[in-house]
Amino acid sequence: MRILTFANRNTKEILRDPLNLAFGLGFPLVLIVLLSAIQANIPVALFEIQHLTPGITVFGLSFMTLFSATIIAKDRGSSLLQRLYTTPLTPIDFILGYTLPIVPIAIAQCAICYIVAIILGLEITVNIIYAIVFIIPVSILFIALGLLCGSVFTDKQVGGICGALLTNLSAWLSGIWFDLELVGGIFQKIAYALPFVHAVEMERAVLAGNYAHIFPHIWWVLGYAAAALVAAVLLFLRQMKKQ
Amino acid sequence: MDAIRIVALTKKYKDVVAVDNLYLTVQKGELFSLLGVNGAGKTTTIKMLSCLTQPTNGDAFLNGKSICKDTSAVKSIIAVSPQETAVAPGLSVRENLELICGIHGFTKEKRSAKIEELTELLGLETVIKKKAGKLSGGWQRRLSIAMALISEPQILFLDEPTLGLDVLARSDLWDIIRSLKGKATIILTTHYMEEAEALSDRIAIMKDGNLLICDTADKIKEKAETDNFEEAFVRIVKGVAK
Repeated sequence: MRILTFANRNTKEILRDPLNLAFGLGFPLVLIVLLSAIQANIPVALFEIQHLTPGITVFGLSFMTLFSATIIAKDRGSSLLQRLYTTPLTPIDFILGYTLPIVPIAIAQCAICYIVAIILGLEITVNIIYAIVFIIPVSILFIALGLLCGSVFTDKQVGGICGALLTNLSAWLSGIWFDLELVGGIFQKIAYALPFVHAVEMERAVLAGNYAHIFPHIWWVLGYAAAALVAAVLLFLRQMKKQ
Repeated sequence: MDAIRIVALTKKYKDVVAVDNLYLTVQKGELFSLLGVNGAGKTTTIKMLSCLTQPTNGDAFLNGKSICKDTSAVKSIIAVSPQETAVAPGLSVRENLELICGIHGFTKEKRSAKIEELTELLGLETVIKKKAGKLSGGWQRRLSIAMALISEPQILFLDEPTLGLDVLARSDLWDIIRSLKGKATIILTTHYMEEAEALSDRIAIMKDGNLLICDTADKIKEKAETDNFEEAFVRIVKGVAK
């Protein structure tokens, strides 16, 4: 009950911000439409709708990081969290209350991207449903990164770090916009040491029905998600104690 | 009976002693003010009493419950209205009140009754549907106090409740705070001398984490040999008065 009340509040705060809707839902859709238009004129294998859409659904999750980081940082800044620390809410209530509302938003964002992709010519298969299901662990990773940043940075810093830095990292190091093998070397090694490209390749494999190719990418995603979640919880508890 | 009994309460941050060996008692139903210049230790004291910060040494007992050993019991009898307004800006005034009711596990009936009662007490009827983030500072403070009162706290901490408000909004809030007298023990921190003098049963003045004096406003003026409370405060903090 307490968690639901708190989670419900967080959902309202996120969805009532028009900027959140514009960037969280609008921007990925614009990218799908725009890159599909480019693809129609200058065919590039990477931008074929069945390759592009899984990448965009992963990239779109970087906005979930921004949502979770911003709401926590703002609650810290306004002392709302301080007020709530003196109520019966427990640390687990806070963590779940901030995490759970963003998961359905992430799923909705992913589903909307696929609906637009279908309109643009993506073949309808059951794999789309699986791809939406497999986005859940990826969304946990991105939300946890937001919890982590929101526990450490102010809301202004969060805008720069999550809004600019993480969005760029997840864009450049994910293999969505260009084939990482074309760059190769240290850049490719760094990209494959991070979870973003693995999340994209996992989603592409699921959508294509190549389930054997989900591995080892899923382990990278789950490993990073678990590590980010543990780090986020520890940092959240640390800032709670530092009040 | 003591609502708060503070025993050798100390808080150290590395080399800085924010609160130093504080002894204090506050009676049930009293409106008690903590005064001091910036860095005096007022907010740290409130944070320790409201279980937001653990003391380095000492303890305090709120209605007999230890802030060190019995934090959940303490949390169940207190409420805090922090220095910042601490409201959810994207929610309406009513939704903010519902949020706190839900967190305290109120039934639907109790929630409605409580919201109606506090809306009337704090005069929130005209803004009940407005988003909290769009309200003026004065209205946000009223909402903040209403949110603190929802749990029917036995001890209420008001940390600089009138900070940044204009004269009228401050006067309105004083009336509200006066109306709360007797309903709960109230601990108020403020930088406004006239506020402390007008509202408080007793006042404690702190400096550098130490308690300099604790008495009624009249007694403090008497000890400082002045009729002006602000002058008395300055004399005591500067060490002119004994």
